[in-house]
Amino acid sequence: MTPVVAEVSGADERLRASGLLDRLVPRPEVGALLGALVVFAFFSVVTERFLSPAGVATWLDDASTLGVVAVAVALLMIGGEFDLSAGVMTASTALVTAVLSTRLGWNVWWALLASLLFALAVGALNGWLVVRTGLPSFIVTLGTFLALQGLNLGVTRLVTGTVQVSGMRAAPGYESAGFVFASTFSLGGTRFPVSIVWWLVATAVASVVLLRTRFGNWVFAVGGSAAVSRAVGVPVRRTKVVLFTATAGAAWLVGSINILRFTSVQANQGIGLEFQFIIAAVIGGCLLTGGFGSAVGAAVGALIFGMARQGIVYANWNSDWFQLFLGVMLLAAVLVNNALRRRAERVRR
Amino acid sequence: MTPLIEVRGVGKTYGSVIALRGVSAVVNAGEVTCVLGDNGAGKSTLIKVLAGVHRHDEGELLVDGRPVRFSSPRDALDRGVATVHQDLAVVPLMSVWRNFFLGSEPRRGPFLDRGKAREVTRRALADMGIDLRDVEQPVGTLSGGERQCVAIARAVHFGARVLILDEPTAALGVKQAGLVLRHVARARDRGLGVVLITHNPHHAYPVGDRFLLLKRGRALGCHDKSEIGVEELTRQMAGGAELAELAHELRGVDP
Repeated sequence: MTPVVAEVSGADERLRASGLLDRLVPRPEVGALLGALVVFAFFSVVTERFLSPAGVATWLDDASTLGVVAVAVALLMIGGEFDLSAGVMTASTALVTAVLSTRLGWNVWWALLASLLFALAVGALNGWLVVRTGLPSFIVTLGTFLALQGLNLGVTRLVTGTVQVSGMRAAPGYESAGFVFASTFSLGGTRFPVSIVWWLVATAVASVVLLRTRFGNWVFAVGGSAAVSRAVGVPVRRTKVVLFTATAGAAWLVGSINILRFTSVQANQGIGLEFQFIIAAVIGGCLLTGGFGSAVGAAVGALIFGMARQGIVYANWNSDWFQLFLGVMLLAAVLVNNALRRRAERVRR
Repeated sequence: MTPLIEVRGVGKTYGSVIALRGVSAVVNAGEVTCVLGDNGAGKSTLIKVLAGVHRHDEGELLVDGRPVRFSSPRDALDRGVATVHQDLAVVPLMSVWRNFFLGSEPRRGPFLDRGKAREVTRRALADMGIDLRDVEQPVGTLSGGERQCVAIARAVHFGARVLILDEPTAALGVKQAGLVLRHVARARDRGLGVVLITHNPHHAYPVGDRFLLLKRGRALGCHDKSEIGVEELTRQMAGGAELAELAHELRGVDP
């Protein structure tokens, strides 16, 4: 290459890079937003109930309980780790709350506090095991996932003789706790569950933390390159442990919403949710390799999930089609994310 | 003048492997000390000791004339010793300003002061003669030389007195390597002590004031620029006799 050519391509680089597309493309949530628009438009046209107020409330509700944990999982994934125990944790925390308040007669608020502490402890244990051993979090949290699943069934059967705990409505403190976690509010004559508010709050908090705080900067850094982060003095281990703990905390929130809304919990609940959280985060632009993604994207990923799942019901299709849709959506998201990463990481010598 | 950093007979073993033994050198303010050697000569081990990644097991490491043992890279950084690693300089997916302030983020209340961070980054890079259109772009979109320069500018900005550069010009084209060396000279002119690790004597000689030659974990010699020429440097580094033999051999197979 002659110097003249190099100069020309250098100038061209600057020109091209200032285009609108180039400024939008690095935003991880752009793909998810486009996908959400397409799904929304599609089901709005195909079915009538999708756009009705009750319909909107239903798919927003579906998206909300998924989204609360998905945004936490997104932060964890940006930090370079997975948590397979997050799904079953929603059941574990619900069971702890239910057993303490229905069997031991605890006030619901104290039971909620105890289950929160339990969740944070398990989350911290996940994080500690991962940073301590250096093992892939995939395998470590798979272990916690199985352990929690066994614990859920075993303890529930020991305490109740069945595989479910019910009777929350009679527990002391149910009214006030139910109001906070499982009430509905009216908007334009339609009842919306309060979980939607929790979802929006979780997304806003996660997004602000990620983009506007020092901790958020560390999250990107430890996921992008743990070695670089360590070299410039970022507390890599602490950052990761906090992320695992926060994910467990988000799972507790959803577990609490569920137990107070349905007033009973099955011991085998929550299995399979962990992948839904990860899928929502990936659709929202998170890289499986860490260092890139967004909380808003994960919330939109959960929204796509909710819209598609309920839209397929409204269209009277078999729910089998949902799995197909999910698979295609996931593959498309991964391909787009991969292309984005290559763009951002492309090495010029 | 007390040297910023001095090593006296420093050594390091990994299990039964002696990676470094009896190496002595000084780094003065406003001077460039080059560490030269082939692969496996102990260059990386030496800088890991200087950067606080590993602890030496023999000899002494002195900062401002006082013996120290760095407990971590952060500890070294707090004493003004900043290291720019070959592949570990920046996080490619993060923006230029986020990389620049990583680990030392400016805050306003609980939040990042993003406006200030962007402005300071732009100014600090401009001071080093790097003109970036957009500090919001991912570092991965910069050229290899520019990325090294961002890391150097960062170290200078955060008050490093000693700058350790691990093979900054390896894997770079001629033009990019020139860019990096220009910034090495600029950091030196600002009064920093620079340790430049390289296996390319042609990169080392123009900017270096002192040359430490390593071979198989030992010092072959430490020379001032006045004592040694670039040919002699190359010859010693490659092991002169071996090189001559190789040249002879290669000539032999020519038809």
